[in-house]
Parts: sequence; structure tokens; C-alpha cells
Amino acid sequence: MSMLILTPNLPDPDGFYEELIRAHEGLTKEQSDAFNARLILTLANHIGDREVLRQAFEAAK
Amino acid sequence: MVATRYKTAFKLYPYEKVAAQDAAPVRHPVVIVGGGPIGLALALDLGQKGTPALVLDDHDGAGLGSKAICFAKRTLDIANRLGASQPMVDKGVVWNVGKVFHDDHKVFDFNLQPEDGHRNPAFINLQQPYFEKYLVDAIHTAQAAGAPVELRGRNCVTAMEQHGSYSTLTVETPDGPYQLEADYLIACDGARSPLREMMGLSFDGRVFEDNFLIADVHMKADFPTERWFWFEPPFKNSGQSALLHKQPDDIWRIDFQLGWDIDREKEMDPDRIRARVDAMLSSQAGEVPEYELEWTSIYTFQCRRMEKFRHGNVIFAGDSAHQVSPFGARGANSGVQDADNLAWKLDLVLKGLADDSLLDTYATEREHAADENILNSSRATDFMTPKSELSKTFRNAVLELANKHAFARPLVNSGRLSVPCDYTGFALFGADTLLGGPDISKPGMPCPDAPHGDGFILDHLGGGFILLALGCEAQNVSAHGVGAQALNIMAPSDALKARYLGNTAQAVYLIRPDQHVVARWNNFVADDVTAALATAIGKG
Repeated sequence: MSMLILTPNLPDPDGFYEELIRAHEGLTKEQSDAFNARLILTLANHIGDREVLRQAFEAAK
Repeated sequence: MVATRYKTAFKLYPYEKVAAQDAAPVRHPVVIVGGGPIGLALALDLGQKGTPALVLDDHDGAGLGSKAICFAKRTLDIANRLGASQPMVDKGVVWNVGKVFHDDHKVFDFNLQPEDGHRNPAFINLQQPYFEKYLVDAIHTAQAAGAPVELRGRNCVTAMEQHGSYSTLTVETPDGPYQLEADYLIACDGARSPLREMMGLSFDGRVFEDNFLIADVHMKADFPTERWFWFEPPFKNSGQSALLHKQPDDIWRIDFQLGWDIDREKEMDPDRIRARVDAMLSSQAGEVPEYELEWTSIYTFQCRRMEKFRHGNVIFAGDSAHQVSPFGARGANSGVQDADNLAWKLDLVLKGLADDSLLDTYATEREHAADENILNSSRATDFMTPKSELSKTFRNAVLELANKHAFARPLVNSGRLSVPCDYTGFALFGADTLLGGPDISKPGMPCPDAPHGDGFILDHLGGGFILLALGCEAQNVSAHGVGAQALNIMAPSDALKARYLGNTAQAVYLIRPDQHVVARWNNFVADDVTAALATAIGKG
């Protein structure tokens, strides 16, 4: 069974965070929410493992 | 008249009248304006190399009050090269445990276990006046040994005129004005740089709309030597974030982020400050420990830099050239690296061993470093003070996740500690031909420390060019009159192997006077080393 990675796994975390916030720049609250939804769906498809995604739902609670 | 703008903590270079004040203007190879950490480090470095340096400061010692308090390992390594680090480390406070709070709960804590095999800790907390005092002590030691350094206190530059190859300065003193000339004029005169103003040069960047209240408190009570940082602290009227940090002499630095629209006068009311400090200290200790307010001030900050650090024979270093937010201790630390970078280049140029254009590389290398520091300190500030609702949602999501999951902790940003700049790819550096060599010592990087003999490898590097041969032998080389001294270590320590050899059995490193790696090879080939040395002095 695949396990959700919950230890640090992102290179250059500060750079990633800045890019993430920048991606929302100029968006209204509604647009940002919609962007986030699209982002989650895109990443979920990339992960492609229902078990891992279920674990992520738990981790984010 | 020389106006007193601030009180001094230590009188370090009292005014003394010199004969030059009554004579025709004297020409000096290097005049440094500003006797803060940067100007002093530069003067000491030049003096030890035998190049005369004159420091002018409009006061007669280290300014009183809270300025830089955190000195990073690279700064201490530079101070060690200059013979000034031991009293700093002896006096400074070393801390390892940090706690991050959000509202009324702890998000996580960390222990910065130091890596073995380094002379200096990752950083120390030390009030800036001590740092300056120890540099001046080292200058006095160097002067006694013949180093041509001169410090003139209460010498205030009131006018400057740039000519082709030199500048003329008008200097006000308690005995009236006089003039002098400088081949090279180095502006280490701080964020408000009067020289920059006199030259009409811009200093652009981003203004952060925030006010920070600093309270340095004297606390005799037993309180843990830890760094505590709050996002959205729960105590009353405490603003967006708060920080508690220990300094020597039982002084604790407390920072409150108050926001933009505040009444400064009201916030400086000691009763109001005490109410805040009481709430912070009692939130963890359960009661208010006995303390005295030592120093309070409110500051705002900007992240900005000059477009060019060099303007003809005038060179800017430290806060005069670049300014960052205080998070991450990148002000004084980056300024000392400016001095480290500039000293050997100025020395070679003034001795006629390198062309004036070598000084252009000071500007390009340190402008790059300033950009890196501004980027890091802006990111920390944006995390601490989210600029939009969405940004705050993500910030708080990171803090909530970090409480439960380790993966989110590297995203928590309350300031990234200053690390030395990597000059990889700049013109003075050579290729990395050591296959399997560690990244931490690739060309462009500052040499990592490691035990060697009874001391440490950094004790043997720098000052001049060094050719470090590990597990093999190199010979002295020279290019255009500049030598590189071979240091052959046939049986390196394990840490030396790990930090310089990686997967290889032997290596040869060419190292600059500021301890940055120029190039490295797996064996000694005189022609290759000579070519790299020529490149390193701008004659490649």
C-alpha cells in the first residue's frame, strides 16, 4: 500500500511558497477558491492513487 | 561643530587633533567613512595586509541601543581570520532551542544541533556595540604590530567632490573643518548614507508598511535560553507577531509587530510597553518575572539596494548599499561579507598587482548577494504579515499542518538565518573539475570549516591565495606577481575528507583571500592552477 508522504519532500520550500502565493495575485476571493479547487483536482490526478488521496483527506482535517 | 546624533555605548576612537588638519590636503589610498562593523572590518583587513586605511566617523564610538544582535557563523569565521572572533564567541549567547507558537498553542519546537567539527557556532546573539568594540581592540593590536590603520573620531564628512581618479572630502571636527583626498572612498556610513545623499544616488526598493516595537529588558530571573516566536500572539494588543530572544548581560530582546496605523507616541509610553511585556512573559511563565526596561524603540523597515555599489572611485558597502528587514540577520552579516570581499581586491589594486576593474567584481558579486538577502527577508516578512486574505489562509494552514505533520515545518518562515553567498558562475571563478566533490565546497562557495591538526582548517586559509592539496602534493604558483601558497595535507581528518573530497581520494583547491573556492581539480597541474589564479585576479 502506498503511503502519503508526511515528512519534508519539497526542494526550496520558500521558493515554492512564494510561487504559490504569487499564483493567486490579483484574484478575487471567489477566483482564488476556484483556482484552489482546480489545483487540488489537477494534483489529485497527478498522484493517481486513491489510497494516498484518502490519507491526504485525513491529514488535512 | 560636529553634532551628536546618538549616545555611545563605548568610546572607541576619541577625537584627537592631527597635524593634517592644519596642512594642505593629504592624499590617502583608502578613506573609509563610517566606523561601524563594516568600516572597522574593512580597515582591519586592509591594515593587516599592509595597505593604509583611514576611518572617519562623526561619533567617537559604538552607538548605544539595539541594533544588530545576531552574528552568523560566516561573520565569526571572517572575524576569526582577522583575529577578533574569540571575545565575540566568549561574550555571545549561543542558543539551540526554538519554539514557534500560533495564538495560544505551540506549533512545534526545534533544536538546532550544531554539526561537529567547526570552530564557530551557527550564530551568536551579541549586541552590536560589543562587536564593534572587539574589532577596535583587534585594530589596536594590529596597529601595535605596525598595521597602517588610523581611526579618527568626531570627523564628520560634510562635503565631497569626485574628480577623475580621486575624491576630495571636507571634514568637520571640534577644531573646525579640514580637507583630505582619497584614491578610493568607501562609504560604510549606514542606511541613511550621507555620502550617497551628497552624490544624489537613489536607493530604491519596497517599503513594508509595518511598525515594530523593540523592548530590550533586563531580567535576572531564570528564564530559558530559547528563541520564542509567536504568530498572532494571544496576549492583548500584541500585534501580528512577537519574538523573544536572549542577549548577553541578562538582556532579552522582545519584538512586537504593531502594524501600520499606530500612534507612535502612545505606543512608546512605558506603561503601555510594560503591559505588553507582562502579558508576553506571563503567558509562558505563569507569572510576571522581575525585569527592567533597558531600551525601547519603534522601527519600520524597507528592503532596497543601490542599483550599483560602485561609482567610479567611490564604493558602497553595508547598509549604505543595501537594506533588508531584520528577519534572518542579514544586515550586519551581509555587510561584513561586503568588507571581506572588498578588502583583498582593494589591496591588490593599490599594490599594482591587479587592475582597477577587479573592483567591478566586488560590485557584481555583492549586488548578487544583496538580491539574495532581499529575496529571503522579503519572503519571511510576507509569511509573517500576509498581504492578502488568501495569503493569510495559506499561512495559517501551514501553521496548523506544522503542528501535526513534519512536512509543513520547513514552510514556516519566521526568518531564515543568514548563510554565506554562493558566487558560482561569476567571472573570477573557474570550473569544477573534481568529479564526486561535495557541493558545499564547489567553486564559488566559502570554504567549510573542519578540524585540522590541533585547530581548524579555516585558521590556515585566507589572507592571501592558498592552494590546498588533500591527499596529494601541490607547489606554490604565481600569476602576474600574485602568489598562491601551497598547503599540502597528506592525511586529512575525516571531516576534511567529507567536506572537501566526497567520493574522491585526493583534491587540489585554489582558495581566495576571502576563503571562497576559486576552482578545484583532482590533481595538481601547475598550468591549470596558474590560469585559474590569473582569472581570480581579473587577468584571465
